[in-house]
Amino acid sequence: MRPGAPPRLRRDGIALVIVSVAYLAAASQVNNTYYQLILSLVPIWALFGVSWNLLSGYGGQLSFGHASFFGIGAYTVTLALLYWNMTPWLGIPLGALVGAVAGILIGMPTFRLRGHYFALAMLAYPLAILYVLQYLGFQEVSFPMHREHPMYYLEFADQRIYTLIAVGLLATGLLVCMLVENSRFGLALMAIRQNELAAEAAGIDAWRWKMRALVTSGAIAATAGGLYACVLLVLTPDSVFGILVSAQAVVVTLFGGVASIWGPVIGAAILVPLAESLNAELGNIIPGIQGVVYGAAIILIMLASPDGLFWTVRDRWFRRPLPESAPVLTAMPARQVVQHGLAGAELLRVENLSRSFGGLRAVSDVSFAVAEGEILGIIGPNGAGKTTLFNVLNGVLTADDGVATLDGQSMLGRKVHQVCRMGVGRTFQVVRSFPRLPLLDNVVVGAYGAGLPDHTAVEAAVGALARVGLHRQAGTPAGQLTNKQLRLMELARALAGRPRLLLLDETLAGLGREECDEVLDVLQRLREDGMTIAIIEHTMHAMMRIADRFVVLDHGRVLTSGTPREVVENHAVIEAYLGAKWLARQNA
Amino acid sequence: MDLEVLIENVLNALAAGITIGCIYGLMCIGLGLIFGIMRIVNFAQGELLMLGMYASLYLVTGSGVLAFLGPYFGPFIGALCAGPIVFAGGALLHKFLIARVSGLRTAGSLDDGHFGQLIITLGISLILQNGALILFGSTPQAVRTPLASRAFEIGPIYGDATVFLNKARLIACAVAIVTAITLYLVLEYTRLGKSLRAAADNPTAATYMGIDVDRAYRIAFALGCGITAVAGGLMATYLSFGPFIGLDYVIIMYSGVVLGGMGSILGAFWGGLTVGFVQQCSALVLPPQLQNAAIFVVFLLIVMLRPQGLFGRSAERA
Repeated sequence: MRPGAPPRLRRDGIALVIVSVAYLAAASQVNNTYYQLILSLVPIWALFGVSWNLLSGYGGQLSFGHASFFGIGAYTVTLALLYWNMTPWLGIPLGALVGAVAGILIGMPTFRLRGHYFALAMLAYPLAILYVLQYLGFQEVSFPMHREHPMYYLEFADQRIYTLIAVGLLATGLLVCMLVENSRFGLALMAIRQNELAAEAAGIDAWRWKMRALVTSGAIAATAGGLYACVLLVLTPDSVFGILVSAQAVVVTLFGGVASIWGPVIGAAILVPLAESLNAELGNIIPGIQGVVYGAAIILIMLASPDGLFWTVRDRWFRRPLPESAPVLTAMPARQVVQHGLAGAELLRVENLSRSFGGLRAVSDVSFAVAEGEILGIIGPNGAGKTTLFNVLNGVLTADDGVATLDGQSMLGRKVHQVCRMGVGRTFQVVRSFPRLPLLDNVVVGAYGAGLPDHTAVEAAVGALARVGLHRQAGTPAGQLTNKQLRLMELARALAGRPRLLLLDETLAGLGREECDEVLDVLQRLREDGMTIAIIEHTMHAMMRIADRFVVLDHGRVLTSGTPREVVENHAVIEAYLGAKWLARQNA
Repeated sequence: MDLEVLIENVLNALAAGITIGCIYGLMCIGLGLIFGIMRIVNFAQGELLMLGMYASLYLVTGSGVLAFLGPYFGPFIGALCAGPIVFAGGALLHKFLIARVSGLRTAGSLDDGHFGQLIITLGISLILQNGALILFGSTPQAVRTPLASRAFEIGPIYGDATVFLNKARLIACAVAIVTAITLYLVLEYTRLGKSLRAAADNPTAATYMGIDVDRAYRIAFALGCGITAVAGGLMATYLSFGPFIGLDYVIIMYSGVVLGGMGSILGAFWGGLTVGFVQQCSALVLPPQLQNAAIFVVFLLIVMLRPQGLFGRSAERA
């Protein structure tokens, strides 16, 4: 469980019971069959929204084609009843199973795609299935009538029983969603949504978590579809695989509040009755007017509340008071830099590492070593290949040639999250945080990524926050941190995985002089605790303070390496930084 | 004899694939501007196509302003005139709705504003579809031209095998190609085109260079709307349509844009051409219901094998 999960779960659980009971009590008082139908459709569409929300809301994998799973559920239930006389009580779970399998089959090829390409490829699946079903002659499939056994065949004369079942399934779906949100599953998905690469660098196996999300989501969507078939009794490919069905999942969720448990429920509770009653009231007078009003309604509400109703209401009226943020680090006196030399055992060894992009040798024949407990500064002008070097080391890019070992084990040929699990923490030039989540959650991601069990993970995260001096801000949402605090947060996230080696990419970028000193103090203390650090940096004076040795890169090659003093007096370095003319003038 | 029939069928499918493909290509360029270059998810693009059809219909038939042009030239000039009309509508849409969920306002935000764009454009799409239903009725319409039932005959080529080129489609195809080339030249070589591309590529940097990014976005979006509308007007000459026809084509447009490689205008044209070509050629081997499924299968295959699109240069990184 994530930190702070039990009270959150309890609160949401109680809300779930109250809302379900109130809804059922209200529904039992409705006698008009048309309104009864609307009341059973609300939880079904909400459940469909919950399923979309898991993959696309939490995980950020925008799917325009969730109707695939909805339709698969609906058709499985109907055809199983038609051909095998299977009761929907078994048909719906079977549909969920088929939906989950479909998730695997669809996910395998499609997760190779990212962003827009993923979203659009998802769009193609339900439409391809739709045309195939039409071709196979399933244009219109009626539910076989078995009025004599309503309980067995789920064919109730009283619409309200469907509402009961739908609410039950929705409650189950919401429970799954709550458990996901409060576990490492949900945190992994939110991390992937923020930045897949940073999540992987924190040790998260993005592909696997995305696949799990899709499979869960597929099963839930198929369940919703299966029940939908029972309620409607007549199926057409368009009514369950059509583009408007996919749109329904997206609309109810975005409208209600994306990446929140209650979003799809709020969205469905408002939009489904709105659309249906517009249909009934206005549709007969002027055909089409209901669509215009509905379209205008969703546009207006979206403009008023771009993140969905849930977040707007919460941010406006239920913003929790923030803990006092006190100054984090009491500035410490600059310490005498201790020169370590190559005393410790060798931790990282890089030999003849090369990487080209087309004709450009971004990293060319680079060799160096980092000893345990040492801070190695990697410096060089823009475009020298510093970040590319890190990208090769932690598996973002493959090496063309060369060797890189951590404590004797090769780091090359592994995926990003696997390198992280070897004990390599990494930060990026651009900080990625989860703005709505408290700082502690932001850091726990790193501990989960390293594979720590729940309890240890929270401990490691708290410890990491203490090491960078942010423990007092643990409850503050990351969106309210300063730039320096965000940099330290990212450092803590890398530390939470208990790495042996830290690769820091321009951690000091964009910081003022004093802030810079504070971060340097943190790094200094980490080194004293025995941490090994390789850091990329532009600012020479900062590096002079903390680095034990420098490696200077230029045009992908190692220009020179050695102690800070040796390096700054090296003519080649001065030339690379300041140009040959400057050097000539100096010498003249 | 069988061989003759086969050859005739293949050649005719190829000819139809190329002519229809060029019109699809033009249609895809419109979305290519909006989605491929500006990265705005627009679900209402199909409705712009539909508006182009109706605009052309009301311009050239009955007591329309351009009715005097007659049934031969009228429909094609009507299609071209539908462009500016929908362009104006697109500019208004952008000013009042789209600008609020795209461009500088959402640059750098989580999800780049796509969630908002999805909902807003879905709303616009619903309003346009149903608004059209109220205003124009549900009866299928067509911009009739006698050319639609005449064809150039090429051949006989092999035995009796003859290629029939539908005159309406052929002219529509020619108009589409000329429009596409004109647009390409405008975007590539004029000051306006350069500022549009710069603004779409990096709004922040373009602002620093003194480009009025809001205006550039509005023009680019409206241009995308207008171009698709011209394609709609051209399609109306050989196809009957209703208020909901947009739904059938919006997917085809997205397939075309992605196939061609996002961010490239020429790519969008080639992508659209590919889709039209596959659709027509699949008629040779597949029953009609499966023709559209074939498009999606080809689409999925190409996207899997070449995620950067057939003509794109580099893949999108997360």
